[in-house]
Amino acid sequence: MEFPNNLLYTKTHEWVRTEEDGSVVMGITDYAQDELGDIVFVELPAVSDEPVTKEDPFGVVESVKAASDFYAPVTGRVTEVNDELPNSPEVVNQDPYGDGWMVRMAADSKDELEELMSAKDYEEMVSDLS
Amino acid sequence: MEDLIFEQTSVGRRGMDVSGHGSNAASAAEPPLDAGLLRDDLTGFPEVSELDVLRHYTRLSKLNYSAATNFYPLGSCTMKYNPVVNERVAALPGFAGIHPYAPADTVQGALLLLRAVEEWLCEISGLDAVSLQPAAGAQGELTGIKMIRAWHGDHGDPRSKILIPSSAHGTNPASAALSGYDAVVVPCDDRGLMQAATVRDLLDEQVAALMVTNPNTLGLFEAEIEEIARAVHDVGALVYMDGANMNALMGKAKPGHTGADVLQFNLHKTFSTPHGGGGPGAGPVAVRADLEPYLPVPRIVEYDGGLRWDGDRPESIGKVRSFYGNFGIVVRAYAYMLACGGDGLTEVTETAVLAANYLRARLEDAYNVAFDDRSMHEVVFTDKLQNADGVKTLDIAKRLLDFGFHAPTIYFPLVVSGALMVEPTETENLETLDAFAEAMLEIAREAREEPETVRQAPTATPLVRLDETRAARNPVLIWTPSS
Amino acid sequence: MRFVPHTEADIARMLAAIGVQKISDLFSTVPAGLRKTAVLDLPAGLPEQDVVARLTDLAAADRPLASFQGAGCYNHFVPAAVAQILSRSEFATAYTPYQPEVSQGTLQACFEFQTYVAILTGLDVANASVYDGASALAEAVLMSLRIGARRDRILISDGVHPEYRAVVETYLGGFGRGTVETVPLAADGRTDTAALAELIGDDVAAVCIGYPNLYGVVDDLPGAASLAAANGALTVSVTTEALALALLRAPGECGADIAVAEGQSLGLPISYGGPGVGLFAARRKFVRQMPGRLVGETTDERGRRGYVLTLATREQHIRREKATSNICTNQGLAALATTVFLGLAGRRGLRELAVRNAVLAHEVAARLEAEAGLARVHTGEFFNEFVVAEPPGDTWYADAVAAGVIPGVRLRELLPGRRDADGQLLVTVTECNAPDQVDALVRCLAGRRAA
Repeated sequence: MEFPNNLLYTKTHEWVRTEEDGSVVMGITDYAQDELGDIVFVELPAVSDEPVTKEDPFGVVESVKAASDFYAPVTGRVTEVNDELPNSPEVVNQDPYGDGWMVRMAADSKDELEELMSAKDYEEMVSDLS
Repeated sequence: MEDLIFEQTSVGRRGMDVSGHGSNAASAAEPPLDAGLLRDDLTGFPEVSELDVLRHYTRLSKLNYSAATNFYPLGSCTMKYNPVVNERVAALPGFAGIHPYAPADTVQGALLLLRAVEEWLCEISGLDAVSLQPAAGAQGELTGIKMIRAWHGDHGDPRSKILIPSSAHGTNPASAALSGYDAVVVPCDDRGLMQAATVRDLLDEQVAALMVTNPNTLGLFEAEIEEIARAVHDVGALVYMDGANMNALMGKAKPGHTGADVLQFNLHKTFSTPHGGGGPGAGPVAVRADLEPYLPVPRIVEYDGGLRWDGDRPESIGKVRSFYGNFGIVVRAYAYMLACGGDGLTEVTETAVLAANYLRARLEDAYNVAFDDRSMHEVVFTDKLQNADGVKTLDIAKRLLDFGFHAPTIYFPLVVSGALMVEPTETENLETLDAFAEAMLEIAREAREEPETVRQAPTATPLVRLDETRAARNPVLIWTPSS
Repeated sequence: MRFVPHTEADIARMLAAIGVQKISDLFSTVPAGLRKTAVLDLPAGLPEQDVVARLTDLAAADRPLASFQGAGCYNHFVPAAVAQILSRSEFATAYTPYQPEVSQGTLQACFEFQTYVAILTGLDVANASVYDGASALAEAVLMSLRIGARRDRILISDGVHPEYRAVVETYLGGFGRGTVETVPLAADGRTDTAALAELIGDDVAAVCIGYPNLYGVVDDLPGAASLAAANGALTVSVTTEALALALLRAPGECGADIAVAEGQSLGLPISYGGPGVGLFAARRKFVRQMPGRLVGETTDERGRRGYVLTLATREQHIRREKATSNICTNQGLAALATTVFLGLAGRRGLRELAVRNAVLAHEVAARLEAEAGLARVHTGEFFNEFVVAEPPGDTWYADAVAAGVIPGVRLRELLPGRRDADGQLLVTVTECNAPDQVDALVRCLAGRRAA
């Protein structure tokens, strides 16, 4: 199970990466994709100027046995989504932190990022769950 | 394997001669409608003979396990014997051949039958009025929640929340959401039961109802149900009981006496109507007297020495199904009720509970039992002991298929990890129960000594494990001529 | 009682294995107070012979007369092979196919059913059935509200069956969104297109059109669908007489996005209105919003083709409060009856049966006009149902019933309180109405006593 150090994590098993241009990219973690099993469908939010609040559910990841909401890690707007995923949902299983990225957001503020967990803290949280 | 019926087409074959009453001319005539309104033809429909059809479906039927051929200990489903006499009486022309809008005086038998079933269900539930209209348990739930909403509306405020135990069947929160309520989860304690104190903490004046199953989906009688019901009533809320597990209660506890205000039955569980591969069922709803005005319309009333339908009920929630419900299913259930009688239904409950506890006794050393309390008509095991050898509930279930048993209910309820819910019902003889126990013990041994055998199961079934991922990623839901 | 197989010896063995003395010990977790009041005050059980006698007596108190009633429930001939297959207990007593390896019979039959429904409706995907046509419409309305997230209005043609409309309204109660408005009919019996154009807007989630409608009229589905589409609304076609779909242009071809129907006409007896089988089909792009069970094709580990329940994560047992519906059962065995029936009727037979129904109904309409002076009230084209003015006087209906013929459904019963329904009779003709029944109908409505 991987917990890349350069990422931040939410309690709801999303990972977050800050890009050079200030945008924020998210996806679901290795633990999440493993729990879900073979992913069959990803419902992504629409790109729009509509404000999204941190912790709003804004998409769904579906596997054969479960359908799980995923949540906005920060407050802001959705600026881009990974168009590959609807056609190849298995990419989320294969490469959750790379090609399996889901949503890019323009975050309203940097402060909320400080509320997220480090890789170490997230790994600890996950091991408590098992 | 068996081809699809569409793949057996031979152009020109026919199964049915549709020219009855000597009116060949009519079938061959030009349709008396504007040609622009008509379709070309039914491309894709098969052209096969009657024997082809009969053989095809007879062969398909042999690919199924069924309660009539295999032990089917599906927890929460009550796969008891479906008496075949029920089929015979449901097919009587006086039942199968009457139209729902036929004048009341031409269908007094049907009305009497429906009225009788309402009365039996009132007696069994300890409640005051019944509607037979809902077509299934889930529809019964929806009906119940909507009536609760209407009742609250008349009392000033529909309220916004419904409390639902964490062990509840998925239809419970789905029904609540469909009726505009937020589902608030009531966690069970470490004995698997709901505690009155926990419920009290969650109760407030925005709670419209508590939904409860009793015995709960773990097969345990909710010991604090009366106190819980009182607490719910104290805040002006109502108790909805999911009656899926009534097989454990008949003659032993009347839901109305435990404080339930609304209850749905599942005729295809407790009252022996066949599961049919997934329906049709029926989900009658019983209510306390002050909820009667909200029952679906129409209702049977007395009139001029007979019975008729009354549609003039302004407080009714309306209709949930066309006409009067799954009448043919209610007929079957009535035949079963008559065969059992009051004593017989009590014996059903006693024996169902006895059989479940017998299996628990035979298996509790080899399989972890989820909770210690006395089981009622079903017992929940887990795969905890088998996990050590890398064997999971899914594997155990699949391996049982190789032994000729349908698997128990798996991974439900969600509050138990790796749940394996066994409900034998009262109609299995001891030899069958023992054979099942032996198979389970053998699988436990295999898990310890040769786990691969379990993990690769099933191997002796018509098909082996199917690729569900592929089916979901690229859904192919119909046959097309090119495929 | 006779379905419990245990002997005293069996019971003793089981009690011993459990470690209790008597059965009542097993109910120790049920409070004594509850057990005391739980005794069932019900008659004693009856042997099979007496059960049959009792039910035969009740059935004999019903008189299944020759009938020209339709209005959502249609008497058609069901071949013996249908009942034969349904009596295979492997189909009848199987459970929902959650273990596909041992449920291929049920699953493949469902897949065939879905295929038939898709062909009949001219749409891409169909589910494995819902309870009946009315709840199918209700589910379609909920689905269109989910798809049109910001649209709250539902337009329902006045030609849609009032019981279906009632079920929609009940399902919407408390849902939090969705208001129903009626689109009136024009004099010809079809939906008034001008009125629809007035009512349509970009806040409408769905337009629901009867096809054919309550009055038997073939509504202008393409016209309604193009108005709906121009405004971003979905079109839902509603068919109570599924046999009509064998003859009429398929709803999908006419622009419907969702098609719902009552399938009872196809292989099920009328059975006092239930069980039925709800047909539900939609365009492919909406598949993840569809309620109910779906069976999909796949392969097993040895590469053999097989079928499984799929897209189950939309359903209640996984998604729970976010499910597309709360539906759990479908109408398994009823859907099987339809599947078998459609195979027997086949490509040519089903169409011929539909033609036969239409021809017979048109002949009866002509005779009623010529011989009883009762013309059709509507001018729109019809399939096998039509509305005529009722004969004069108060006794014609009772006299007809006394003569052994139920002459149709009086619209005032179906639409109580509506003045425009007074004095109108809905007459339905199927291949089950033999020539002598038709003669009796004409005689009764012409005001002449039975010969």
